[in-house]
Amino acid sequence: MKKVLLFGNEAIVQGALEAGAGFATTYPGTPASEIGDIFAKIAKKQKIYFEYSTNEKVALEAAAGAAFSNVKSIVSMKHYGLNVASDSFLPLVYFSCPLVVVVADDPGCWSSVQTEQDCRWYSRLANIPMLEPSNSQEAKDMTKEAFAIAWKYKIPVLVRLTTRVSHSKSAVKVGKILSAKTRGKFNKKFGLGSTITVERHVKLLEKLEKIKEVVEKSKFNFAQKDNNKGKIGVITSGIAYSYVREALKELNAKLPLLKLGFTYPFPSEKVRKFLSKIMEVFVVEELDPVVEEETRKLTDKKVYGKNLLPEAGELKPEDVLIALSKLLRKKLPINLIKEFSETVPKRIPFLCPGCPHRPVFYVVKKVLGKKIFAGDIGCYMLGSYPPYELENFVVAMGAGTGISHGIAKTTGEKPVIFIGDSTFFHAGIPALLNLVYNKSNALVIVMDNRITAMTGHQPHPGTGFTGMHEKTKTIQIEDIAKACQADFVKTSNAYNLEQLKKDIKQAYDSKGVSVIIAKGECRLLTIRKITRQGIPIQKFEIVKQKPGLRELEQFACPAIRKKKGKYFIDEDLCWGCSLCKQLFPDCIRIKKQEEE
Amino acid sequence: MKPFNLIITGYGGQGVLTLAEIIAKAAFVQGYDVKQAELHGLAQRGGSLQCHVRFGKEIFSSLVRKGNANLIIALETVEALRACYFANKKTIILTNKKIFRLPLELKVILKKIKKYSKKLYVVSADEIIKKITGDITMVNTYVLGYALAKKLLPLKKEIIWQTLKEKIHPEFLEENKKVLGEAFRKSPSI
Repeated sequence: MKKVLLFGNEAIVQGALEAGAGFATTYPGTPASEIGDIFAKIAKKQKIYFEYSTNEKVALEAAAGAAFSNVKSIVSMKHYGLNVASDSFLPLVYFSCPLVVVVADDPGCWSSVQTEQDCRWYSRLANIPMLEPSNSQEAKDMTKEAFAIAWKYKIPVLVRLTTRVSHSKSAVKVGKILSAKTRGKFNKKFGLGSTITVERHVKLLEKLEKIKEVVEKSKFNFAQKDNNKGKIGVITSGIAYSYVREALKELNAKLPLLKLGFTYPFPSEKVRKFLSKIMEVFVVEELDPVVEEETRKLTDKKVYGKNLLPEAGELKPEDVLIALSKLLRKKLPINLIKEFSETVPKRIPFLCPGCPHRPVFYVVKKVLGKKIFAGDIGCYMLGSYPPYELENFVVAMGAGTGISHGIAKTTGEKPVIFIGDSTFFHAGIPALLNLVYNKSNALVIVMDNRITAMTGHQPHPGTGFTGMHEKTKTIQIEDIAKACQADFVKTSNAYNLEQLKKDIKQAYDSKGVSVIIAKGECRLLTIRKITRQGIPIQKFEIVKQKPGLRELEQFACPAIRKKKGKYFIDEDLCWGCSLCKQLFPDCIRIKKQEEE
Repeated sequence: MKPFNLIITGYGGQGVLTLAEIIAKAAFVQGYDVKQAELHGLAQRGGSLQCHVRFGKEIFSSLVRKGNANLIIALETVEALRACYFANKKTIILTNKKIFRLPLELKVILKKIKKYSKKLYVVSADEIIKKITGDITMVNTYVLGYALAKKLLPLKKEIIWQTLKEKIHPEFLEENKKVLGEAFRKSPSI
């Protein structure tokens, strides 16, 4: 078998292909984004179906429909994507729906602003079998196992990843890819069953009893062979396992170690057996004490866990090393004792040079001044940072619009909402409808950069192409806003400051629900297109200084900087959007290309 | 071999991820067990970026633990200081001489970094490659070349070059070669 280096997310796709998956869906969300992106890349070649759905709920439902039609299907999403999908996720477990659901948590919130939730609780809430890979090999193997369990017991199965599993590379033995079935026949038996929910609940619990027998024998729950001495044992799951192995090696300790990978239904017999041979146990896991609480239920012996490890934030290898050294009264490696004492200023991410969101923030601040501003999920969250400081809250996909309605109703003010194009399709439409239906007063600015930018440039209903790279209808946001009967609807060119000023003022001043679609392609995309054609990027330069140029600091393009009191354009950063020239046509001009 | 713990750092857009991928792949081809951790997300938009690459006989964790790096390669100087969290008295640090969008003084930062390292190499990679290629895109290649020339990585040059060739668009291969060659010329100690 060939061994290759794969990211956890790549290994998930490999596992799905080896299991014969023929249908895959997602809505992009990091740390899970690459799962969909890899499917998008290989779907045609592997002759399987893949789509970017409009949101996670729809993605899950589409995958369920394929499963109901006897096609092996998989859906992936980030942690709160599962919150969006949960409305269908929970009832689907009651059906005979053989489906693999992959969810990626983000401990440390590296790519997340909403919550640091631990999706393992969903297994308990929904009664869904769950596997927790700790590296890429397991990500592949467990995905295959998930398909096997799903199809044998006709039940959805959850594979739960974390950022460090998704975004770490390690060696994977790749196997044969099964030729996938993409066509099936709707199987009534999967969907129907009893119409009485309580009866279906009873049946689900019976299924889980049978799966528990599999869990108790599963190779994914194993006691480490070479580690067996000592009165203290360790139980661990997920990425924490790798930190435990590393720490034990550094401390030169060989403790009894139980690694759990198939964790719901909980392998209580296996854990009980493990506990019988030790006096005390240390449960090492990231985020919530899920395994710890299960363990406590099984024993009166001393259980250590979150009293020695952080519950919030990412678990780090040194956290585990320090905790174990305390517990075992072993000396720490000398190089850990010296404290790193520097306070290094945080690097605040900025909108790219030439970003179409910048002129919108600049103009809104100029024209509207102090108002109530709502943000949403996307690159435009960066509008909350100085100098714009335009978003008073960012909660969840589409929530900016929904919450603003309540604010408008109770304060009498007209809030201004920033929402991205992909976010608008995902969760903005029902909220916009509600604004109109319930006679609200708000300005919705759709930051339409023509792509799902932040997660890595995935297409959406407004782009005109699908996840299979096929042409499709281009849905116009303006048409939707009009169909929702908003009082004022206008598309404005984000790269034209004068037009933007006029349109935003007019939209705000008009009564009721106003919608501005500020359209301008993500500059990264434009630059990529230009470069691919071999055309040099136009650069700009400042040729005249005057006190008024201070205004450029409010515009805040990262390419414009100040040295010894003079403003200049860093040509390494300038992406030629021309917006600064629009502000100061007398001081800024196109830089002449150097002759080669 | 004892695990070799490497931190590669810089800000989004400098090619930190590509550099980490090339080194990890080369180590794998050379027969080591490899683990690599990286972060996606807002990295494209100028945030700090840190990749961990570990290789040796048997590697468990993909993250280097605090104070345990053998080598830190930084494409930006403030990021080098940030990565000193992973340094100890034996750590070698190689950094690009550049401060990006932070109101800090280069001299002060370099002095601090020195405290955390056994040996500190500082290269003006941006200026050098700008002269060769016209822009700063290949800063990662230059720094990689410099690390190889100074023998800071226990990896074979030929394997690194082979990996680079597979990773990089053929169109840019010649320029990459030029940049690597320049890196070797600038390190006369070998």
